[in-house]
Amino acid sequence: MEIPYTIEAHPETGLNNGKIGIWLFLASEVMLFGALFATFIMLRLGADGNWGAMQEEAELNVPLATLNTAVLIGSSLTMVMAWASLMRGQLARFRLFGWATVGCGGIFLVIKYFEYTAKFAHDHYPESNTFLAIYFAMTGLHALHVIGGMAWNAYFAGPGSKLFHRNRQWLTDRVEHSGLFWHFVDLIWIFLFPVFYLL
Amino acid sequence: MSEHVDIDKQVRVYFLVFGALMVCTLITVGAAALDVSMPVAITIGLFIASIKASLVACFFMHLIDEKRVIYLALGLTVALFVVLLALPILTSFTDQVGDFERVEAPAPH
Repeated sequence: MEIPYTIEAHPETGLNNGKIGIWLFLASEVMLFGALFATFIMLRLGADGNWGAMQEEAELNVPLATLNTAVLIGSSLTMVMAWASLMRGQLARFRLFGWATVGCGGIFLVIKYFEYTAKFAHDHYPESNTFLAIYFAMTGLHALHVIGGMAWNAYFAGPGSKLFHRNRQWLTDRVEHSGLFWHFVDLIWIFLFPVFYLL
Repeated sequence: MSEHVDIDKQVRVYFLVFGALMVCTLITVGAAALDVSMPVAITIGLFIASIKASLVACFFMHLIDEKRVIYLALGLTVALFVVLLALPILTSFTDQVGDFERVEAPAPH
């Protein structure tokens, strides 16, 4: 039995199953990160003026985080270029941009690794203070999302790209959906960066 | 052919958005170095972050031209998100956190 509306749009909504599914999933992700941002606000307001001292003690690396922001924004560009390449019917360019997106995710994680290890070298752990606890919780969860997005994009740029020859539109839609997730991950970092590193 | 022309237009927009996001990132870092009070710094930082997030959502995530069902789902999500963020802010003005009257559990029969 064939599942209806996997590629063609449902007449009522004008959307296929994947598009609705990924947006509902992203809505749940908004609430997940929303709960953590609410926790952050609660901790910061309840710190009785000690927040600045804890933040200074953590010695977060602003230049590295700025570089990471640029890397993630760059990966969002390569992600939309991968989708645009499929829309133009250019498989080789799609794969190139797909792997570039995965590569940017890898660079982001390597930079994050250096940031984390620098913290651990100074005995800065999640249990050290409230600031570090929420910092590791939120940036760690974000990093897990980057890993998930990398795996998703690597599949489509690698073995999943065979779908191009069988059903180009289906592959294009699926890449658009993985792109929506990737851009969401970028969007979360856009808020994490100033909240932890600059303010 | 027309599909190609549309995509070419979109690609130009993507590069413009990318440039705007990079500039906004530099402005965020520069603004953080300004000698202003913390509430002002937070307002500036989050305002620029909101502009960047809007650019990503509208153009990279194509929300500027999406179906009504998506807008409805996201509208509900945003409303609940605002409530979620407002809760800790509201409680901070009341001094009621953790100040509930203790009620003894009923004795077992």
